[in-house]
Amino acid sequence: MQNIKIQASNVHVYYGDNHAIKDVSVDIQDNTVTSFIGPSGCGKSTFLRCLNRMNDTIDICRVEGNIDLDGENIYDRRVDPVQLRAKVGMVFQKPNPFPKSIYDNVAYGPRIHGTAAGRAELDEIVEKSLRKAAIWDEVKDRLNAAGTGLSGGQQQRLCIARAIATSPEVLLMDEPCSALDPIATAQVEELIHELRESFSVVIVTHSMQQAARVSQKTAFFHLGNVIEFGDTTQIFNNPKNKKTQDYITGRIG
Amino acid sequence: MGEHIVSAFDDDLVSIQAKISEMGGLVEEGLKMALQAVNDRDPEMAEKVVELDRKIDDLDIEIEQMATTVIALRQPMALDLRVLLSALKISTTLERIGDLNKNIARRASHLASAKKVKLTRSIVAMGEATLKQLTQILDAHSERDSDLAVEIWNDDIQIDEMYNTIFRELVTYMSGDPRMIGLGSQLLFIAKNLERIGDHTTHISEMIYYIVNGEYLGDDRPKGEPLGLDLFMDD
Repeated sequence: MQNIKIQASNVHVYYGDNHAIKDVSVDIQDNTVTSFIGPSGCGKSTFLRCLNRMNDTIDICRVEGNIDLDGENIYDRRVDPVQLRAKVGMVFQKPNPFPKSIYDNVAYGPRIHGTAAGRAELDEIVEKSLRKAAIWDEVKDRLNAAGTGLSGGQQQRLCIARAIATSPEVLLMDEPCSALDPIATAQVEELIHELRESFSVVIVTHSMQQAARVSQKTAFFHLGNVIEFGDTTQIFNNPKNKKTQDYITGRIG
Repeated sequence: MGEHIVSAFDDDLVSIQAKISEMGGLVEEGLKMALQAVNDRDPEMAEKVVELDRKIDDLDIEIEQMATTVIALRQPMALDLRVLLSALKISTTLERIGDLNKNIARRASHLASAKKVKLTRSIVAMGEATLKQLTQILDAHSERDSDLAVEIWNDDIQIDEMYNTIFRELVTYMSGDPRMIGLGSQLLFIAKNLERIGDHTTHISEMIYYIVNGEYLGDDRPKGEPLGLDLFMDD
């Protein structure tokens, strides 16, 4: 049994009058890949975005309940959301490199957080992050080239490198492969497998096969509720709930 | 279970289920004919069983191809995946039962010229019990009746016991009259084949249980103890 990294209990999220997340409790374990699956609009991305307070940027959004990271409530007044997001990094659906060089994309986080003592250390962080994101060999000779000039798959791995450059403890991935071709998808999946050694990974995906392949835990969201949460093998082989079964076998949309 | 959003997926599953039922029907028919061949010592009937088995083999391949295509195209999950994996295993099992039917029939044609013995009747009775078990398991499969499947699984011990009784009697016969050894050995193999068919039906029980419950039934069903060499030893 792994340690619990994030403990979300009785979380409710409202967008104005819309009750988007209803009493969701999920534990995210250390060094584990947890996937959130469910039909569009079920709240899985909304819930993912609660885990590093990305929803703070939306005025009408209100979060209730408790989300603890290593036992500390991340919605506590004293928590700085920027610091929090360094610890809980995020990778988005569409690769979104900054219009900067490959190097500067990765160095961005360490620079604003002041993680590196000097240029040499920053170089080291950039190389380490790019290596971890399995893209170093492809870009090492053109670190000053624009990040936006890379292929889609490379851009996504660059974004992963950028997210891990601040040494996060948790990595949130919101459909990280949906804009990628099958080869790039396989590379990102291989990467997720390796990243698990260092972080907890939470991934939102529309591909059931992907969830089954990359994760050890799976939560099925439906209409803002978590219908079933358990070991991935159990969820996909023998779900206990009929709604889960209907969704993963393609019977409800 | 509701319908899939992709209705062609439902059609595929229904067709595979129908093929298994068709194959099961032929295997049942084959066993019936094989038993008749044993009872009547009828080489012509035996030949028909051999012919029928070719159709059964073809269906096995057809089911395998259909299931492979569905797995490749639809990436089935949960119940659907269990149904398809079980379809592959059940069709292989039915194919093996078909082979055993054929073997029984072939031995029956050797009996044609042999002396009539009372024991043939016991073997046919054992065959009827095996046939009944096979018919029931095919029903349980089409109804997805896990309880009936478990019942059949538990009841197989009766066939094991019938086999042991026949085994003992045949050995007694053969040791009493060495001229009986040729005929006795054929009958022994027929009984053994029937006992194997019983075991195969329990494998289908296990598959039905797996489809319905998503768990394995295990392998510790009640079984008849195999008779050992102690049968030939003096007390």
